[in-house]
Amino acid sequence: MGSALLAGALAGAAGQSLAQEPLRSFTIVGDAIPEPVTGQRGDPARGRAIVTNRQVGLCLLCHSGPFPEERLQGSLAPDLAGAGGRWSEGQLRLRIVDSSRLNPDTIMPPYYRTEGLHRVAANFRGKPVLTAEQIEDVVAFLTTLRD
Amino acid sequence: MREGVISRRAARLLLAACIALGALPPSSQAEIPAAERRSSYELMSAETKAMQDEDSANPGMLWVLDGEALWNRRAGEADRSCADCHDAAPQSMRGVAARYPAFDEKRGTAVDLQGRINLCRTEQQKAPPLAFERQELLALTTYVGRQSRGLPIDASDPRLDPAVETGREIFTRRQGQLNLACAQCHDDNWGQKLAGIVMPQAHPTGYPLYRLEWQTLGSLQRRLRNCLIGMRAEPYGYGSAEYVAIEAFLMRRAHGMPIETPAVRP
Repeated sequence: MGSALLAGALAGAAGQSLAQEPLRSFTIVGDAIPEPVTGQRGDPARGRAIVTNRQVGLCLLCHSGPFPEERLQGSLAPDLAGAGGRWSEGQLRLRIVDSSRLNPDTIMPPYYRTEGLHRVAANFRGKPVLTAEQIEDVVAFLTTLRD
Repeated sequence: MREGVISRRAARLLLAACIALGALPPSSQAEIPAAERRSSYELMSAETKAMQDEDSANPGMLWVLDGEALWNRRAGEADRSCADCHDAAPQSMRGVAARYPAFDEKRGTAVDLQGRINLCRTEQQKAPPLAFERQELLALTTYVGRQSRGLPIDASDPRLDPAVETGREIFTRRQGQLNLACAQCHDDNWGQKLAGIVMPQAHPTGYPLYRLEWQTLGSLQRRLRNCLIGMRAEPYGYGSAEYVAIEAFLMRRAHGMPIETPAVRP
């Protein structure tokens, strides 16, 4: 409890430098990252909020999905409906973390990579699109999209 | 079967040739065939098309009128107006915007229309350059652009090739935190929807143009800046060689399409 409070205080004080800490390591097996990047599975409800947020997840700019309340959705990428049936949890994780590992020509942005990018805007430099926790929340949500 | 073997061998040879030349095949697919080129005018509602087509309804005409007044106003130490050298714009500027960016002999580089206007300001009128995205430069550029309305883009000057190639390189290179290349959306996915809005082919036919979203008129460089910010990439500076190169590339890519300035877009 005490250490959690301390960590929270540090995060608030350090802010920028903590945001640019090195990415966590993960292990790719085949076309998947079987284990959570954070060590524990995320929260589907938080994941849904990230997916539908146009400033955070950005997903619906390109994808459509089973979100009847969201009017403006994309068609550049596959419908997210049924994603949890088509892909395993680990396959979804790698496709979000860095889809270019599977298809170098993909239009899907790498959500958890900071290397090998060019001319990143100053306010985003050294930061992944989503944090490891957010990645796990999104993965947890997408696995619930079964049909 | 035999054909398959030959074509695989041909593909290997082609790949080997690419590697030997130090050029990898582009990650983006082919450019848009000429017959499939579409101005995003064609994607607009009848109401917005009418707004562009009728001068009395086109808000861009306010900048044209302002530009006409500036054309005839003396400026700078030289105390000369544009008209003092160029006479009446409807004759002297007809077709000019359809050829810009143009090659500048003196500098040995491509110069876009805004750049040319500012070079005239500083060198001929002995006046300070006009600021980007401000009323005066937009008005003069729109006024000159208006004189080419309906005329086909002519970006054939081979001296523009280096700028066009630089522009093509930027257009097809991934950049920003989202790791996107312009070509991935505008060559490979035009017609698809991005956030519910149809992806245009990104032709530069209407600039400067009045964008309803902006509630004002802006240059092509402002539009490029918007896209770069969306990609979470560092925008180039207004007037930079990079923007001029992208403009030169987009004009070559849209060669033959009619100028619409001042266009209206949603």
